[in-house]
Amino acid sequence: MQLTLEFGGGLELLCDSVKSHNINVDPQDGEKQLTMKNLLSWVRTNVIKERPEMFMKGDSVRPGVLVLVNDTDWELSGQLETVLEEKDNVVFISTLHGG
Amino acid sequence: MEKTAKPKSRLCTLCNEKRAALKRPKTLEQICRECFYTVFEDEIHRVIVDNQLFKPGERIAIGASGGKDSTVLAYVMSELNRRHNYGLDLFLLSVDEGITGYRDDSLETVKRNEIQYGLPLKVVSYSELYGWTMDEIVKLIGLKNNCTFCGVFRRQALDRGAALLKVDKLVTGHNADDIAETVLLNILRGDIARLGRCTSIITGEDGPIPRCKPFKYTYEKEIVMYAYFKKLDYFSTECIYSPNAYRGFAREFIKHLERMRPRAILDIIKSGEDFRISTSTKMPEQGTCERCGYISSQKWCKACVLLEGLNRGLPKLGIGRSRGINSEHNANTKQANGTQSLQSKQCGSLDF
Ligand SMILES: [Zn+2]
Ligand SMILES: [Zn+2]
Ligand SMILES: [Zn+2]
Repeated sequence: MQLTLEFGGGLELLCDSVKSHNINVDPQDGEKQLTMKNLLSWVRTNVIKERPEMFMKGDSVRPGVLVLVNDTDWELSGQLETVLEEKDNVVFISTLHGG
Repeated sequence: MEKTAKPKSRLCTLCNEKRAALKRPKTLEQICRECFYTVFEDEIHRVIVDNQLFKPGERIAIGASGGKDSTVLAYVMSELNRRHNYGLDLFLLSVDEGITGYRDDSLETVKRNEIQYGLPLKVVSYSELYGWTMDEIVKLIGLKNNCTFCGVFRRQALDRGAALLKVDKLVTGHNADDIAETVLLNILRGDIARLGRCTSIITGEDGPIPRCKPFKYTYEKEIVMYAYFKKLDYFSTECIYSPNAYRGFAREFIKHLERMRPRAILDIIKSGEDFRISTSTKMPEQGTCERCGYISSQKWCKACVLLEGLNRGLPKLGIGRSRGINSEHNANTKQANGTQSLQSKQCGSLDF
């Protein structure tokens, strides 16, 4: 499944200062769907290069990191349970950096 | 092809027409982008009107760091000024602390804002005002106490810049999360006098330039969402000299509370406000610094004490309890200059 990820608000610094990533990720073995929960653990392993604790806490994003799926607040689509589809666009923005 | 929102997302509860784009932390309403812009801007307008923050004809400096809060503030202030005929003359005011790779980059953002919003910009620099850049100060003193310097120097630099611009007031981008954090920190320090004051929407009315916070009730989440949806150009890198871990913990705690119960932020502010009546702590008399003329309750202002230390090669002078220069005044005014004000954000989030 092809997805676009964007990191902003300083989070791009955790992935070599690259803001936009085109990724290819498939549901894990035995699962039909890819959820945000799956995606986050994939991102942590494959995209984040340093200080993962600035991005994640437990199996979710760190409080203070906003997530938008197709430009919609993920709080409206079920947060970790949000099911991703081909060509979805996922944006992570830290609110913790800068004034 | 534009991807559409997930099927789970419902229609906007305000207009019932468009798909909701975000959940408001304050009200938990699910609203669309257009309705969000409207309620976000209207709430700030209400805060400005209800608290009589400005009078027609006033000159107002916007403390601009290039970060999200002050960028959104500059944008919204110029919108509201036009839309509601406030009759204000708006300026951007930035401080250049002299931090290579941080402040020089964020100043570029402010310079773009100057053009984008058509607001004249004034930059005051530490090297001009004090003869020292933060880079040079850190080279001398290390990373341990540098935020004391940053905080004291920035506060005064803003006042001096405001005086040069001949403005009547200075507005800063402190948001509801910042104020809740400051309330908590003042509780943790047992500083009841500051606890009451830190929630005031206008401060320093007795000083040279009153400061006010139009974002006092505005959630950080909404500021960042607004900047994102409007594609506002802001700078977001942590200050390289920002070791304030204590403040960082307080911030994290607030974000955790917000996740469980978003109203917590407003409730903490309310608690701080309710402390205001009970303050019996006497505020020290304000005089002026014998050296530079800045307001000070002691012989020398805090900036001059720190500067003296730097110039004499004794950078510890003035950190923590003031000793030496001001000691003869210390008996009854210990509180005034001894502890660093928590009113300004940590250096890392340079929004003054
Ligand atoms: Zn709507
Ligand atoms: Zn002075
Ligand atoms: Zn600093």
